[in-house]
Amino acid sequence: MSQLEEIAASAVRRALDLGASGAECTISEGEEFTAQVRMRQIENLKQAGGRGAGIRVLIGRRTGSSYTSDLSQEGIGNMVRAALDAAKITTEDPHAGLPDASDLGRVESDLQLYDEAIARMETDWKISEALRAEQAALGADPRIQNSEGASFDSHLGARVFANSLGFTGSYRTSSCALSVAPVAKSNGSMERDYWQSAARKANEIETPEQVGLHAAQRALRRLNPRKVPTQKAPVIFEPRTARQLLGELFDAVNGGAIYRHASFLAGKLGEKIASDCLTIVDDATLPGLFGSSPFDDEGVAGRRTVVVERGVLKSYLLNAYCARKLGLSTTGNASRGLSGSAGVGPNNFFIESGEAGEASLIRDLKQGLYVTELIGAAANTVTGDYSSGAVGLWIENGELAYPVSEITVAGNLKQMLLDIEKIASNLEFRHSIESPSILIGEMTISGF
Amino acid sequence: MAYRDSPAARQRAPGPESPGCYARIVSFSHSFFAQRFGLTEHDLESYLSEALSSGGEYADLYFEYLANTSLSMDEGIVKSASEGVTLGVGVRVISGERTGYAYSDDLSPEKIRKAARVAARIAKGPASVFKAGFEEAHKHNLYPMIHTPHEAGLAERVELVKRADAAARAYDSRIFQVQAVYADNVRHVLVATSDGRLSYDRQPMARMGVTALARDDGGTPQHGHSGGGGRVTLDFFLNEKTPEYFAREAARQAIVQLSAAEAPAGEMTVVLGPGWPGILLHEAVGHGLEADFNRKGVSAFSGRVGEKVASPLCTVIDDGTIGSWGGGSRRGSLNVDDEGTPTRQNVLIEKGVLRGYLQDELSARLMKSASTGSGRRESYQHIPMPRMTNTYMLAGESDPEEIIRSVPKGIYCATFGGGQVDITSGNFVFSATESYLIEDGKLTRPVRGASLIGNGPEALKYVSMVGHDLHLDEGIGICGKEGQHVPVGVGIPTVKIDRMTVGGTAA
Repeated sequence: MSQLEEIAASAVRRALDLGASGAECTISEGEEFTAQVRMRQIENLKQAGGRGAGIRVLIGRRTGSSYTSDLSQEGIGNMVRAALDAAKITTEDPHAGLPDASDLGRVESDLQLYDEAIARMETDWKISEALRAEQAALGADPRIQNSEGASFDSHLGARVFANSLGFTGSYRTSSCALSVAPVAKSNGSMERDYWQSAARKANEIETPEQVGLHAAQRALRRLNPRKVPTQKAPVIFEPRTARQLLGELFDAVNGGAIYRHASFLAGKLGEKIASDCLTIVDDATLPGLFGSSPFDDEGVAGRRTVVVERGVLKSYLLNAYCARKLGLSTTGNASRGLSGSAGVGPNNFFIESGEAGEASLIRDLKQGLYVTELIGAAANTVTGDYSSGAVGLWIENGELAYPVSEITVAGNLKQMLLDIEKIASNLEFRHSIESPSILIGEMTISGF
Repeated sequence: MAYRDSPAARQRAPGPESPGCYARIVSFSHSFFAQRFGLTEHDLESYLSEALSSGGEYADLYFEYLANTSLSMDEGIVKSASEGVTLGVGVRVISGERTGYAYSDDLSPEKIRKAARVAARIAKGPASVFKAGFEEAHKHNLYPMIHTPHEAGLAERVELVKRADAAARAYDSRIFQVQAVYADNVRHVLVATSDGRLSYDRQPMARMGVTALARDDGGTPQHGHSGGGGRVTLDFFLNEKTPEYFAREAARQAIVQLSAAEAPAGEMTVVLGPGWPGILLHEAVGHGLEADFNRKGVSAFSGRVGEKVASPLCTVIDDGTIGSWGGGSRRGSLNVDDEGTPTRQNVLIEKGVLRGYLQDELSARLMKSASTGSGRRESYQHIPMPRMTNTYMLAGESDPEEIIRSVPKGIYCATFGGGQVDITSGNFVFSATESYLIEDGKLTRPVRGASLIGNGPEALKYVSMVGHDLHLDEGIGICGKEGQHVPVGVGIPTVKIDRMTVGGTAA
């Protein structure tokens, strides 16, 4: 048992000794590094590590929790006592408790979440990657003379979990990311965009030149935008914005919103809620991805859950508590920071790729909007009402014709799901929530 | 660059006033970190010398101890209670435009020295000479309470969420689901800088939030949210803004939404109600005037000081010194910023003309200006940057009712959710959660949530009437910038904007 596993297990024992009927303890440890450069000079270098512990205790059906950054014996003791004190003022909740012992476990295969090569990266090399990426953006076009900078980040982490049902486990993670945010300027118009490549493995991020050039192209195509008349029209969300929409949908299948009747998808299990072309999956077991983990934050084994299958709602996403409330089984989606009780979070939550290339989605439209950025999106999970500021490109006769901005897109998620007409084949896993480009048949676009 | 969380009710709040009270409460040797961790001025000098051991013009230390409590009531039962403590120190070294940063969650001298050496790597050269000796910074005394809410018993504080739950359910039989949250913290900070500034502060914070769901028989549920707080005493929630007050407001909003129609789409006249709709200022101008963006020339406001960017009716101020609220101060107020500089009142726009930027230590050095007391950070793990505190527009002369009567067709927005801005293009969005159609000078019917979009340097030029009813929000704002979240306040009187794009669905 590692030292941190021993600390977590001892915190659980301490809680039981002091009168808890059940307990679980999470410890997380991390080392972060960031090099930011701007206009070919180093701007910020940050490097540090930290750790913390969080505990949840049960006294019968009462729950209390606490956390600390002090992992000394005294610190852990204080944390345990604070959690017990907190439990004493809560109410008996018949659904409170640890997961069923039979749900505990872990993915046995190697999920490839940690790459030693990231730990070995030299500071000077990381700085030079950021400098090269920014240079690639600055050199891409004379209209790019300024930049918000580029950065190279790396992170090494460890997650440890122990509970009073006898589960103890830990895993390490690594990640690195390279990003650039160039500013393009022309004829009084100034626009910024960015590109980022992130991965758990050192050799999976894009080259600095790819990242810089891509960021530059994105900024350049936004220059001198127009506003369009208010109208109803088809809308294509590219992966960056489609994944944001999918994030809103995650909130609507989150078991916490379901048992409170605070989701427009409550009570819809088994019903057709979306177009036939839509299949959504949550999967903790895909090797090397950001949303993968051997077990969730309650010690429940990682798994694959089909959430929507060809338009039919098949499953909500649940932790042990939500599952008990709904009379279902946990889907291994418990998620917690160090403070408070576990909520529900995504593993790799994604829309399955379709067959058409993205270009064919655009080509088939006489008129429409291609959305490249959403600003200030407001989604009402209770009703499905959706409205957001948007930036993008206007489609005319199957071509991306000109940039548009200072407009909004609006609709209701219930109808938008049914109106998905096509899903592109360009799914790439860059975050834990991911989507290929999607075409929604009609939304309200507000302009002048 | 987004606000999170929901809006506050419209309720008269005391106007901005400067406390004019500069008190030194305790000497360093009696301050929190000296007492609890035995830190001495000599220790601070030695850590700063270590930080400057490879050169650099400036270094600072930020010690932070943060104790939190949060309590929540859900489905009529107290489901969770949580307490926690975090502690650490951040070390920063500035060398020209470069910043080196490191932190430690262990306050042992070896770990602090190690962090100082890591931060020092940014500079390359002979050790800088550190001027020995500190002068304690003057600071305001905006939250002089003897006991912070965090020191009250858990049982006393949990009553607040129980009362909120009961009051929301009692408001209307159509309310079927209530969540009430109470959270407080007390943060002790100590800042020591290589130019000899020493400052420490105890910063209390408390807030309540209530969410209610309403449903007609078999109909679609609707939700309402209300909340508030600040650097206040527990008495604030017992006698001024009670749990019942927030609960009824959340329930009222949910009930209003039951009869709301589709929101309109397109350009139209927009009237903003007083208070939290001041989020307009935060997004439209506030972020764009933070000095880091302007030093780099990436803001839509870059290089435009002295230019007309709003109607002459608009004077916009950022003020970190607003006290007189709940026995303490507003949510965005601070005695000293997170770089140890006293906060102040900064005029951003005066009668429509852009006056100045919000400066932190680094930007001020590089722009040959002075810090405006706007250097803030989320925690000891974060590098400070220029941020807003409480941002508001001065009251005008119009009668709010007359403003509405002057609009033949438009929309009145009473409450907002969040907002976001694209600094470079200047486009900003904020989303209304409680709005009404204005037809022939009257509020006719409620409409559903919709985003409003405009362009920062242009939008305020269309302000044609400003009410005499300036209100500040009730204390719920959280501002996010580059991943760092800090508490802020906003305020605005009733304002008429002749042209703005409303993003509803009724095209």
